[in-house]
Amino acid sequence: MKSREIVKRIFWEPLVIISRDKAGLIGFIFLLSILLLSFVGPYFVKLDTEVKLDKIYQFPSREHILGTDNQGRDIFSQIVNGGRDVIIVAFLAGLISTLIAVSLGSLSAYAGGFTDTVIMFITEIILTIPQFPLLAVLAAFVRLTNPTMLAFIIGFLGWPALARAIRSQVLSIKERDYIEAARVLDLGRMHIIFSEILPNMLSYIVISLIMAMTGAVYSQVGLIILGLVPFYGHNWGLMIQLAWTRGAIFYKGSIFYILSPIIAIVLFQWSAVTFTRSLEGIFNPRLRAGE
Amino acid sequence: MEDRAIIQLDHVSKSFTVRSGIFGGRKNMQVIGDLSLSIGRGEVLCLVGESGCGKTTTGKLIVGLIKPTSGRILFEGKDIWSMNNEEFKDYRKAVQIIHQDPYSSLNPVHRIYNILSAPLFRHGLVRNRSEAEEKVLDLLDRVDLTPPGDFIYKYPHQLSGGQRQRVAIARSLTLNPKFIVADEAVSMLDVSIRLSIIELLRRLKEEMNVTFLFITHDLAMAKYFGWEGRIAVMYLGRIVEIGPTPRVIENPLHPYTKALLMAIPEADPQVTRNKTPMKLRSLDIPSLLNLPPGCSFNPRCPFWIEGTCDKEVPDMYEPENDHYVSCFLFRGK
Repeated sequence: MKSREIVKRIFWEPLVIISRDKAGLIGFIFLLSILLLSFVGPYFVKLDTEVKLDKIYQFPSREHILGTDNQGRDIFSQIVNGGRDVIIVAFLAGLISTLIAVSLGSLSAYAGGFTDTVIMFITEIILTIPQFPLLAVLAAFVRLTNPTMLAFIIGFLGWPALARAIRSQVLSIKERDYIEAARVLDLGRMHIIFSEILPNMLSYIVISLIMAMTGAVYSQVGLIILGLVPFYGHNWGLMIQLAWTRGAIFYKGSIFYILSPIIAIVLFQWSAVTFTRSLEGIFNPRLRAGE
Repeated sequence: MEDRAIIQLDHVSKSFTVRSGIFGGRKNMQVIGDLSLSIGRGEVLCLVGESGCGKTTTGKLIVGLIKPTSGRILFEGKDIWSMNNEEFKDYRKAVQIIHQDPYSSLNPVHRIYNILSAPLFRHGLVRNRSEAEEKVLDLLDRVDLTPPGDFIYKYPHQLSGGQRQRVAIARSLTLNPKFIVADEAVSMLDVSIRLSIIELLRRLKEEMNVTFLFITHDLAMAKYFGWEGRIAVMYLGRIVEIGPTPRVIENPLHPYTKALLMAIPEADPQVTRNKTPMKLRSLDIPSLLNLPPGCSFNPRCPFWIEGTCDKEVPDMYEPENDHYVSCFLFRGK
């Protein structure tokens, strides 16, 4: 295949498909903007750390688009600089839990028998434990010094529900005639799992990954708001916690301080969830119209 | 005959265990019972029988998708389940299957090119994309999907049922097989397309010298496809009659075969009206979980001999040359 053709198939065609679903397209644009803002923005907008006692709780103005906080610092600069860690933790956690879910779920279904029983038993035990309280307890015991650590803990607890869903899908797909044909053609176990079974679930897996990411955003922000994660740095969760404990309880004027990170998080979640609508079309050729 | 055989079934049985209820024990369901069969190179054998009689199970046993409970399946004289890796690989390549439902036999996420080139790459028949493309175009041309360029980069959902079945046939040909099991390969298709697919299979058989096991419930299709070959009639997991197609159709020996042939409506209404249908003693097929003792057809057979048919299992008798029947009416003939 010529390189131009590859570029066309990998980059251009998905964009065309995304643009077909209007809601999905809007989600995609918002998501892209938030990602750009959080990952490229910090190079242009420096985090404002200077305490300016004469500028406390200012309303939005040309100088401070979102106003200022309890120490007179610019809120917009905090929003721009606070997204990166949240998104990285969410992505890592979602990736880890999806990877575990896909491998254990498909292994369980494909191997069957004793392996299946053991994996499903473990899955059900983890599924029974209430996630957030366990996270809270874990966070209190494990010293969470960096975002990656947090991502791992959230990821390791988040896979069971998806693993069961993947298992039942593989169970159904592995009985289809084309899998039988692949076996008779001796295409090999790896080919059957990765090239025949998994592509049929790809849209589901990617959508689950995004759902796992949004779940991970809530988990981590929740932990931070509760003050259970002492990790330093700067992020939207920390902003909410500070805005709440230092401001919102006492002053009406802190409304922009507390609403800004909340809206940022809500927008991120909403755009991610809306974007999943377009993904169906990308991974499922049957849904592409007009081809 | 024996040395020319490509596939032989040697006293093959297959049973599945089924659970009945929460507290019920496991029950053995015998789907195939003591089946012996030999298929010669270049031959067409049609396996006919009503649904649930074990035709598809027989097909899957032959292509090695399921293991027999007892007995041996021989490919070119070797037991497939005690072959070494290399021999088994050769057997896998040589014996292919065409499924009944063209809507579930092609993976919906792959383009036709990928479906047909995967086995080619896997078994080293092509080395790069241009070779693969050429081979795939050739395969599509062979199954009359012309011009092949129009089909190679399509997805299965963009094709009609008949076109899909042609792709499935092309896929079964990718590894130059010696033996193809066509499991109801035309019964899901539109009547208008059936004949052209049958013609295609006949032509491929001539061109590529492939041996066919043609599984069908439709005697007319068996008659049409396998006129030069043989027909085996299956009833509840056993072959009750086997012989050259013209003789089985024109002179059926087993009461079950007779009943089947009587049931085919004739084009001439006068003939149909004057036909006296065979009076079966029961219209229900016995459950596989509870097979009758003796000949499994005895509870329905109008010619049953009390004390014999419901006690003993009949052997295969050969009242005519090459025409075998498993019925006590022909014992000693």
